Amino acid sequence: MLHARLRIRFGDLLVPFLLAICLVPAWRAASAQQEPPYFVTYSSVLEEPGNLEIEDQNIVAAPRNANRFFAPTLELEYGVTAWWTAEAYLQGQATQHDSTVFTGFRFESRFRPLPREYWINPVVYVEYENVNGADKSFLEVTGNSTITTLQVSNAALRKELERSIEGKLILSSNVKGWNISENMIAEKAVNESEPWEFGYALAVARPLALKGQGRSCVFCRQNISAGAELFGGLGTRYSFGLKQTAQYAGPTVALNAPHGLTFKFSPEFGLNDNGAGVLWRFGVSYEIQQVRDWFRRSK
Amino acid sequence: MKGKDVLLAVLIALPVMCFAAADGSWLKKVPTADRGRMNPYAGKTDAVAAGANLFSENCAKCHGENAEGKGKRPPLKSDRIKNATDGELAWLLKNGNSFKGMPIWGGLPEQERWQIIAYIRSLNAPATAVQP
Repeated sequence: MLHARLRIRFGDLLVPFLLAICLVPAWRAASAQQEPPYFVTYSSVLEEPGNLEIEDQNIVAAPRNANRFFAPTLELEYGVTAWWTAEAYLQGQATQHDSTVFTGFRFESRFRPLPREYWINPVVYVEYENVNGADKSFLEVTGNSTITTLQVSNAALRKELERSIEGKLILSSNVKGWNISENMIAEKAVNESEPWEFGYALAVARPLALKGQGRSCVFCRQNISAGAELFGGLGTRYSFGLKQTAQYAGPTVALNAPHGLTFKFSPEFGLNDNGAGVLWRFGVSYEIQQVRDWFRRSK
Repeated sequence: MKGKDVLLAVLIALPVMCFAAADGSWLKKVPTADRGRMNPYAGKTDAVAAGANLFSENCAKCHGENAEGKGKRPPLKSDRIKNATDGELAWLLKNGNSFKGMPIWGGLPEQERWQIIAYIRSLNAPATAVQP
């Protein structure tokens, strides 16, 4: 019997999240990670070589005419070199009055081809994904995906397996403390004859302060970044445009706590009837420094 | 999952270790206009203290807690750093030397990059050089 008696309330998930933030002052020293507070949009910032970042990224949503759901994604991001970052994702979701399912995995790599910082910095993104139709991770929105898929049961959705390749052109600029990033997305299913699907993501963010402080602190302004994201589908090769696509926008904020710990939060609002109302996103990440030194004889 | 899918996935995400030694060749790439830039926080104690925090968080993992270097990652207490201008160090922090292992730090605010340079300078100069 797959009918789980789920009682997901946003408050239940928010309380442990806030508790975790309150425990942060236990650490000392300042932090100034350069990664912007985005959930969907990629910037030109890559993982430092040898570092492994583990992130738990979650969504809670209560779509109109559909059961509310909770969708966690585990991300493992490794800096292979200073110009190449590799990442693996594991995804799942739990839907109220339905079931909890594993929805698939993704592998991706990001390459920064130009060796310097320019006024606009390109990054090439390549991904292979193997996910089923029950995926509610919203890591990106492409094609004509609409809210109707959220109204189908997990048992039916998980039978639809999609293997696809995805490419993104990431453009990112850093101007006077602001980060401005644009992603163009193209996705193609390789196990079925579906047309190319397109999407986009735009974001802008800035730390609340641009100078570090001599004293140790956690909730200093330079440790907090705030910004906004806008993303959505752009149809397919045969129906390019905004018609029958889902579009989302919302503010985003991150606290870069000391020693590689980061908390992120964003409410993302559906901008049209194809969207899922509000996506409440929150994430916690921890960066393990110089993992590859563990496997070296001389450190 | 088919065998070719596994192969494709592995090829995309295969983590290959490659790392090259820093050799100072980046100094030749610094444009003349950048060489002459001055650190607005040079010698200021609060900037050095802030730079120490920033260094600890962002740089020490590769260059060592005391900037002594780690493996092939160079020490920052050295004649090369001592002889480099503030502008050259600022250029390196902003642009990195990514094909030789040094990441690009252009996403870090410029003010913080200057604070890090002020701290690195303090490691390579007599302590009396700083002023409030």
